[in-house]
Amino acid sequence: MDRHINVPYTKEEAKSLKAGDMVYLTGTIYTARDAAHKRMYEALERGEVLPFDIKGNVIYYMGPSPAREGRPIGSAGPTTASRMDKYAPKLLDLGQSGMIGKGKRSKEVHEAIVRNDAVYFAAIGGAGALLSKAIEASEVIAYDDLGTEAIRRLTVKEFPVIVVIDSEGTDLYETAIQKYKKEDE
Amino acid sequence: MREIDVSEITSAIKELCIEANHTLSPDMKAALDSAVDTEESPLGKQILGQLEENLAIAKEDMIPICQDTGMAVVYLEVGQDVHFTGGLLEDAVNEGVRQGYVDGFLRKSVVSDPIERVNTKDNTPAVLHYFPVAGEKVKITVAPKGFGSENMSRVFMLKPADGIEGVKNAVLTAVKDAGPNACPPMVVGVGVGGTFEKCALLSKMALLRKAGEHSEIPYVAKMEKELLERINKSGIGPGGLGGSTTALAVNVLTYPTHIAGLPVAVNICCHVNRHAGKVL
Repeated sequence: MDRHINVPYTKEEAKSLKAGDMVYLTGTIYTARDAAHKRMYEALERGEVLPFDIKGNVIYYMGPSPAREGRPIGSAGPTTASRMDKYAPKLLDLGQSGMIGKGKRSKEVHEAIVRNDAVYFAAIGGAGALLSKAIEASEVIAYDDLGTEAIRRLTVKEFPVIVVIDSEGTDLYETAIQKYKKEDE
Repeated sequence: MREIDVSEITSAIKELCIEANHTLSPDMKAALDSAVDTEESPLGKQILGQLEENLAIAKEDMIPICQDTGMAVVYLEVGQDVHFTGGLLEDAVNEGVRQGYVDGFLRKSVVSDPIERVNTKDNTPAVLHYFPVAGEKVKITVAPKGFGSENMSRVFMLKPADGIEGVKNAVLTAVKDAGPNACPPMVVGVGVGGTFEKCALLSKMALLRKAGEHSEIPYVAKMEKELLERINKSGIGPGGLGGSTTALAVNVLTYPTHIAGLPVAVNICCHVNRHAGKVL
């Protein structure tokens, strides 16, 4: 099903999204990948606050290529989500409402998604030029020294993603593959 | 003896880094076109269409095809009658990468140390492979390698008794484990034989072969076709979201090996199988 929703979204909206839905997000999301997650995690361990309010927000696992003049951002596709598996459950428990990435997630992340009524979306890997067209603005808000891995606030319009793991724990990577799998001799 | 100033190497590499990150070779485009026709899943078909649209935008607007503009793998085939002047060849290669990534608005994805992980901010150093050949020409190939797929690559040290079935199982295992992480549809490079590091290098060089072309060795060509068919029965599909297009090509290179061994390396590349070349 095609869904057009504003982000951040409510808990009820998150619960209404089902694995396999094509969702077009409009609003504000944040980027963070390996190095930013490590820093956020370490900040929490030291009892410090995060550089942005994570409650209700969606994190896009993405490090863009540099923007050419006159453009908000360069190529901007998803990175492999499993590298953030170590950090994601803690952030979901703090209220993060969704993640955009690509690839499989751990059992711990699955459980944290269900426990918090969150959503794991996939964006199409390797389509960074196309996806950049749905990003209207980009601003580094923390960890500027990390370059492409800095935390950015993005303004997105009709940003295309697919629900992979929904709040009930259904995983599209499992179900879709079974559907098209053929007998191998 | 022919003299070549290394500044020529620098400018060629700069140009090739930018070209490879914005334009795929025609064989990859043809492989995608044909996959759009044959893909069974409607969502899969839609994703393949978006990948084609992505390629068109990348070329037209000069936005890299993928934000992971890779670590620059550089192959130099150097005629042994060439004499380089004007500086060190390796420095010239890295300067070309630096200029290509900084001036070409490409992402800087390289850290100076694998544990301390400080970004070098210019994507250097390159991974350089140097091959002495006959003659007085220099062939340069730049293949930026993204790590979503690189991370899913494997080396298997099989026993000679495992034979060809062992090789096929190794490839199928690597592809199945890679699943959605490697940005399917993939190109699968396979190296068989040699030593531990030789088969890994062969598997990476196998990615340079045109999609749709096969090995000249009949049994290898047969294995490539069989593996492609079996991989596409896995159901993984475009984006890993189900379908009949999981790989666009399987390319196998072989090399003599030791009586006690059967090394197999599987280097997985995503659909953005980038490489650009030039002969000086």
